[in-house]
Amino acid sequence: MSRVMGFLTRRKGGTGWDWTDVFTFVWLGSAVFIMFGPALWLVMSSFKSPAQLSEFPPTLLPYEAQVVTVEGYDRPLPLFSVTDEAGTRTLAEVRRVGTVAQMVDPENPTEVQRINIANRTPVREVGFSWGNYLDPFLRFDFLTYTKNSIFVTGVATLITLLTNSMAAFALSKYEFRGRGFVVVLIIATLMIPLSVILVPLYSIVSGVGLINSLWGVILPTVATPTGVFLLRQYMLTIPDELLEAARMDHASEWQIYWRIVLPLTAPALAVLAIFSVVWRWNDFLWPLIVLSRQEVYTLQVGLNAYAGELNVQWHYLLAMTVITMIPVVLVFIFLQRFITAGIAGTGLK
Amino acid sequence: MTGVKEVLGAVVAAPLGWLARLLDTPLRLWQRLAGQNGMVAFFLLPNMAIFTVFVLLPLVINIAYSMTTGAALFLPERTYVGAAQFERLLRCTDYTDLMTCQEDQFWIALRNTGTFVVLQVTLLIVAATITALILNRALRALSFWRAVFFFPVLLSPVVVGLIWRWILDRNGVLNAALVGMGMDPVNWLLERNYAFSAAIGVTIWAHLGFFALILLAGLQAIPRDLYEAAEMDGTKPARVFWRITLPLLMPNMLVVIVLALIRAVQVFDEAYVLTGGGPGTATLFLTQYIYEVGFASLLKNPGLAAAASILMGGVLIVLTLLQLALGRKNERKGKLK
Repeated sequence: MSRVMGFLTRRKGGTGWDWTDVFTFVWLGSAVFIMFGPALWLVMSSFKSPAQLSEFPPTLLPYEAQVVTVEGYDRPLPLFSVTDEAGTRTLAEVRRVGTVAQMVDPENPTEVQRINIANRTPVREVGFSWGNYLDPFLRFDFLTYTKNSIFVTGVATLITLLTNSMAAFALSKYEFRGRGFVVVLIIATLMIPLSVILVPLYSIVSGVGLINSLWGVILPTVATPTGVFLLRQYMLTIPDELLEAARMDHASEWQIYWRIVLPLTAPALAVLAIFSVVWRWNDFLWPLIVLSRQEVYTLQVGLNAYAGELNVQWHYLLAMTVITMIPVVLVFIFLQRFITAGIAGTGLK
Repeated sequence: MTGVKEVLGAVVAAPLGWLARLLDTPLRLWQRLAGQNGMVAFFLLPNMAIFTVFVLLPLVINIAYSMTTGAALFLPERTYVGAAQFERLLRCTDYTDLMTCQEDQFWIALRNTGTFVVLQVTLLIVAATITALILNRALRALSFWRAVFFFPVLLSPVVVGLIWRWILDRNGVLNAALVGMGMDPVNWLLERNYAFSAAIGVTIWAHLGFFALILLAGLQAIPRDLYEAAEMDGTKPARVFWRITLPLLMPNMLVVIVLALIRAVQVFDEAYVLTGGGPGTATLFLTQYIYEVGFASLLKNPGLAAAASILMGGVLIVLTLLQLALGRKNERKGKLK
């Protein structure tokens, strides 16, 4: 606690409050609210029932209406707190006609009272609609979408790591004609965004028959110039003497790559792996174009399709948005240090 | 932690290692037959093959594509029309009135993207600079604060778009807050100017951390003794900022600005999920125009989309060259030190 207080009262010079101190606190304070708030609001909303979601103004926490089983009625009845001339009491609703509800006291179910609905509020307590999370998996295709997303992310990352590291190895550890040209070519395409080559890329992917195939999503993304560039820069720092020593011992070139260079490149590989996972998990525009059949949708495309429907079922949509967010949040929590170091060092994202 | 590592090693590395050993014998043979150059070819082949087919080839085809018309997908089946697609994109009878342009949607997208780039990049850079300066104040728990700003950067554009669509909904929490403070609710995503501002705000929200992080790295690289010297001379803080911090941050700042410009020109996914380009065409941006003309609309015209993407690519190439030039200049300066 004293550390927290020490932090909160820390100031620039130590004497008096400079305006920059105030500004810092305001900026950081609102940042916590603005940066984390929306995601938290999403998570809390995702546990609400459809009725609760359409409430305005919304409540902070998800609530569930309380029901009670009353003798003489088959189904459980919703409970209301009623306040009128007769005082405040808790009644269960039997049926409602217009603005008047027929209600019974759960203790005394034979006597039906007629209550104006203006005089009552539903009784409810904090409760989570887990169905928001279960139904999309059981009744809709979200399980398929999730599997597709995991497949794309996993396979694309593995291929990226393998092909990029092999190319980076060749470009950093061998002298050959045309090496400079290849390196320049790769750097030159570093910044060519997908949106510039959408149309011809589509015709090529279609030409090799990969439309509506997950491989059509994977292949155009794996030969990332960024990855080759990052790994090559790292491999250049590995001393060539190590490789020479291995050659003396009759190691094959493949063994040198696999047993010596790759393990030494592990930190850069880790950064690339993390980025690749986040990139491929989040990819949207290209999968949106390649995948037009439901059974091959990735989560991002499925979410977008679901959000584009005429009657958006927000309770499912919000829950699935949370599911889509989870892997990236896990990466963020456990691997944030690698990512921030990677960005600060190379400016890639 | 070691437990996790060992398990991971066993699950991932073991089969891969086995595969690598299996490959060793044929590759040794190949090495003997084809020599070192053969091995270079082997290492380069997978990446360069994919790169050529899916990056280089489309780049080249794109130009040919933009000179053709028709609905056919494959280049040989398309009719050559020369520069007609570009003409169609760019022709207006009266350039002061976009509605007289043949492709008014393109011009609207162009105008929207231009406005977006100017406003978004300006606000983003100002906010990122302020954030970086604050984070650089030797705060305690720096990694926590960095994480606060960085958190949205990793979220997918679809998730970002949906989170904000939910918040900005007519019955959403933002309007509830406005009503709670006695103000009128606003139709955030259904009124042109609000929707446009929302697109700007949401993209800034999503990318602020990224740019702040790069600027922070730049600030941290400024030698401390410069500040100590200034303090000993009793220099005013404002003067320190204008005379030391800003000039020394400038190289990083320029790179960051160009990077932000490159990103802003391509704005698509967050805005698309948030507003779908609407209301009307209020948030129709270039990439969405290309996507819709090329793939989504009933009157598909891939040639026109290719022509539009080449125009956008031209802008991006200029920006990229600018960035490379700035980067090289920085490098040279760094060597001088």
